Amino acid sequence: MREKCQRCTKPATYHITDIDGGKVREHHFCDEHARQHLSPQEETEQTGTTPTAAPASSKASSRAAKEPPAAEKRPCPYCQMTFAEFRNAGRLGCPHDYEEFRNELLPLLENIHDETRHTGKFPRRAPDSTERQTQMIELRKTLKQAIDVEDYELAARLRDQIRTLEQEAGR
Amino acid sequence: MNLDDLTRTSGEWLRGAGPESDIVICSRIRLARNLATYPFTNRATRSDKTEIEREAKAALAKTSFQLEYLDVHALNPLDRQFLVERQLISRELMQSEGPRGVAIGPEENMSVMVNEEDHLRIQAVHAGLSLYDVWEQINLLDDQLEQQLDFAFSPQLGYLTACPTNVGTGIRVGVMLHLPALVQTREIEKVFRALHKINLAVRGLYGEGTQAFGDFYQISNQQTLGKSELELIKTLNDVIPQIIEYERRARKDLVDNRRQNLHDQVSRAYGVLKTAHQISSEETMHLLSSVRMGINLGLIDDLEIATVNELFIHTQPAHLQKIQGRHLEVDDRNEARAQYLRSRLSPGPDPRTN
Repeated sequence: MREKCQRCTKPATYHITDIDGGKVREHHFCDEHARQHLSPQEETEQTGTTPTAAPASSKASSRAAKEPPAAEKRPCPYCQMTFAEFRNAGRLGCPHDYEEFRNELLPLLENIHDETRHTGKFPRRAPDSTERQTQMIELRKTLKQAIDVEDYELAARLRDQIRTLEQEAGR
Repeated sequence: MNLDDLTRTSGEWLRGAGPESDIVICSRIRLARNLATYPFTNRATRSDKTEIEREAKAALAKTSFQLEYLDVHALNPLDRQFLVERQLISRELMQSEGPRGVAIGPEENMSVMVNEEDHLRIQAVHAGLSLYDVWEQINLLDDQLEQQLDFAFSPQLGYLTACPTNVGTGIRVGVMLHLPALVQTREIEKVFRALHKINLAVRGLYGEGTQAFGDFYQISNQQTLGKSELELIKTLNDVIPQIIEYERRARKDLVDNRRQNLHDQVSRAYGVLKTAHQISSEETMHLLSSVRMGINLGLIDDLEIATVNELFIHTQPAHLQKIQGRHLEVDDRNEARAQYLRSRLSPGPDPRTN
């Protein structure tokens, strides 16, 4: 059955989706193998030399190979989740993540569902974009706070963001 | 709501009624919904969760479904386990932390979990193969909640969920089947393979990752985006009758070609359940499955399907402990389970009415 760990016979409790250079790979692991999969360096560290004993250059290069692409380290401004974190946890942090990580998520959604466009129920009082509304609420709140503490640089940036969103909504 | 009272009853979906009830236990639909103005549960702070719960409770109280809210955070571990066994909450809700709860409707046909993986997990269930009825009910509840709450929704991606596997409709359409003959004739693997090919998932009695105890299998959709709710329901509704047909054929094959073996197996199972003094949960499920098939094939005529259905749930650890009114270790549970089975399966008045 699908729910078994792909490395042993235990039930799979982790369903991990890796995206590597645009290629999506799904993994199903038990706790132990999920941990190994997510931090493979732990294995080598346990069996081999300690990190401090390893030559600095090899350590740096192995670290660099594991680093997620820069785009995946950009945090969502609302929930601070990065796409790299999502890849590990399998869950997004807030509704806005679907907007924030749109480019990264679309291939994943296509892989999971074969489709990328909702054709089902719409809320009766569907707003044009709930994320945009949420974002506006959030931005206005932050703007007010920025003005309160006289952080005018931030306030100016927030104002620009709000203006951009208003223009998008008006299109 | 007094949970102790529930030990004397079972949900409507377990009562062995509804279309194709010899094979289909129940039809179940859940919808995942999130409030637009909060982070998803895994990123929500304690105060976020308190607010979400407050908003959800207020909205739930205003629906026409007579839902009663249970504060799962305040319950003791046994009561939480009890709700899992009854399929009113998920194991995830049982094990998680912070403010959370479940609103339960009359006869246990509806339930809404609050602060699970998604802020709201709305669920409706009915006995037998009755997906369209279930959809009608849950759609109505969703409409009523939507009048009170702003759900996270995007025109392109639909309802936004914590896990992208649920985005779009947020729907999971599931049918729970009892397939003992397909298991015995080892044809079940073929059925699974065919289902996987059309993108349907097969799970055990308690959902994701659980074993198929008692030959119960839940068949459900995996795709949630790009098809409408009714299309997804129709896929299930079209495929289930074929599986029912396979199971009926396998049962007929057992009756025609191995009648003596089958009768012996069913009678022994019934005999052990009626007389054992110690019995594990796993053995109980296994034997009840044979007995259930025996009733449907006319090999046992003094026992109701509803009773057997109920015993699958009532012989589980938390139910036994609540019925007995005390904490029981594994060995004690095996004794208590055997005693309970003897009392329920022996002729005479139902001991629960005492």
